[in-house]
Amino acid sequence: MIVRLAMRYRLAPVALVAAIVILLPLLFPSAYYYRVGALVFIFAFAAVGLNLLMGFAGQVSLGHAGFLGVGAYAVAIGPAYLGIPSWFGIVAGAVLSALIAFVVGRPILRLKGHYLAVATLGFGVLIAIVLSNEAGWTGGPDGMSVSRLVLFGWRVSGADTWYWVAAVTLLTGMVLAYNLIGSPTGRALRAIHDSEVAARVLGVEIARKKLTIFVISAVYASVAGSYLALFNGHITPDVAGFLRSVELVAMVVLGGMGSIAGSVVGAAVLVVLPQTFTALHDYEHLALGLVIMAFMIFLRQGIVPAMVQWRTT
Amino acid sequence: MAHDVILEARSLSIAFGGVRAVNEVSVSVPPGAVFSIIGPNGAGKTTLFNVISGVYAPLEGSVRLAGEDVTGLAPEHLARRGLSRTFQNLQLFSRMTALENVMVGRHRHESTGTLAELLHLPSVRRQNQRTREAALDVLARVGLEAEADRPAASLPYGALKRLEIARALASEPMVLLLDEPAAGCNPVETQGLRNLIRSIAESGVTVVLVEHDMRLVMNVSDRIHVLVGGRSLAEGTAQEIQSNPAVVEAYLGIDHSRESARAVG
Repeated sequence: MIVRLAMRYRLAPVALVAAIVILLPLLFPSAYYYRVGALVFIFAFAAVGLNLLMGFAGQVSLGHAGFLGVGAYAVAIGPAYLGIPSWFGIVAGAVLSALIAFVVGRPILRLKGHYLAVATLGFGVLIAIVLSNEAGWTGGPDGMSVSRLVLFGWRVSGADTWYWVAAVTLLTGMVLAYNLIGSPTGRALRAIHDSEVAARVLGVEIARKKLTIFVISAVYASVAGSYLALFNGHITPDVAGFLRSVELVAMVVLGGMGSIAGSVVGAAVLVVLPQTFTALHDYEHLALGLVIMAFMIFLRQGIVPAMVQWRTT
Repeated sequence: MAHDVILEARSLSIAFGGVRAVNEVSVSVPPGAVFSIIGPNGAGKTTLFNVISGVYAPLEGSVRLAGEDVTGLAPEHLARRGLSRTFQNLQLFSRMTALENVMVGRHRHESTGTLAELLHLPSVRRQNQRTREAALDVLARVGLEAEADRPAASLPYGALKRLEIARALASEPMVLLLDEPAAGCNPVETQGLRNLIRSIAESGVTVVLVEHDMRLVMNVSDRIHVLVGGRSLAEGTAQEIQSNPAVVEAYLGIDHSRESARAVG
């Protein structure tokens, strides 16, 4: 009985997000809001994956947008040049991202702290450059258009449809993340975050565990990238750019490292704020930067962990 | 297979910047014993621990565990062969609860695939349940069952010391290295620790102890090995060590000379 209650409690944040997802459209005055909602869910999905790497295993990545790019271009190039259906492009992108993460992760995950940050940064820049330069495949800096997603004869288009598709995907991603955290691997990852040497003397193979979570977080980013491309119908190499990577990291840190629900909140803040700042026009990025700085000064632990702390004290 | 030596170090040496922190040290630890390594500060006790537990690779010499050469093996592989340890400066997983800390200690006995973990399959649920029960048992053994769900960072110092031992015990080691478990503990806690170390040894786990609390060492050890300046000075039972003039001099020599100087002056 207690175990069952605890199980239910474990997934309580998912239920909360699900309730918000369902109720939110009641407040939407126009289709535009569905569009913003879908973008929030897509970025939140990527942020949840990155949080597994950063917030739980304690390994930073400043190049995760590279995997967004791989996923995005997989659903662009696959159908356009290789004749594969869009849904298979998502899968192919995820597999390719996993392979790249596996190959790249082995050498660079040996690095720690700032060195790992710079190495992942280099990796992200590399992907963005390849996407810009291989104009024959990618359309170069101007990007390329992406054909619509068709699932079992159902054409997925329109902001409201994507709102629901992205929401279900995000909720699934959250459940998988919570599952992993509560598993032997999840405990080992959190142990690595707090003390690598102690984890090692207990038999945790830290190199393998770090690689596993790097691959998983890359797959999350790749799927998010595919969705972004399919949703927008057009893609440019900016999707894999350094600023995108920084944005993903900011979502994780803002919402709260090690808080899955926090990543959703962080993504919501960083997707919605720029939309409300469009009135400020030229100062949009300035305002956004100030908000992020203010959050870090006053809520260093992140939004959701701070809220949990207020409630329990 | 029975061994009369479960852990053996043969002329181990390690140097840092030309300084030999451990110099041709050999120890043979019999199974089921409490084997203490003592010596003044800077004698190389913790460094010796770090070499034996695979944190550092030795410059020369070899380490054998249960008859097998394990020289230079990484800590995670030694752990899987049954060697675990605690740390002088606590290395707890501070953001996890006391119970979760000990559950990580069960890691080498857990076997679940990543895919099953992502999907939270029944096999993972059963594994979690088994790990949890085993961890609760070990927590009870060190008297921390009431603190199971408290974050490790919120526990008092003495409890953290016991939690580290519980975490290492949970891995069911053959050999357990304890690095200054009594440091910072009050006399009551130290007495509790003595009983715990004895009960660990009686359960068949060999304990290798580095400790500065001489009363605890003399009380609990079957054999004592003395290091001075990275070299072996003496080895024997508590009585033999206490009456060994070389050991007395190494520990008290400076004080003696000061006292005699004062007596003369």
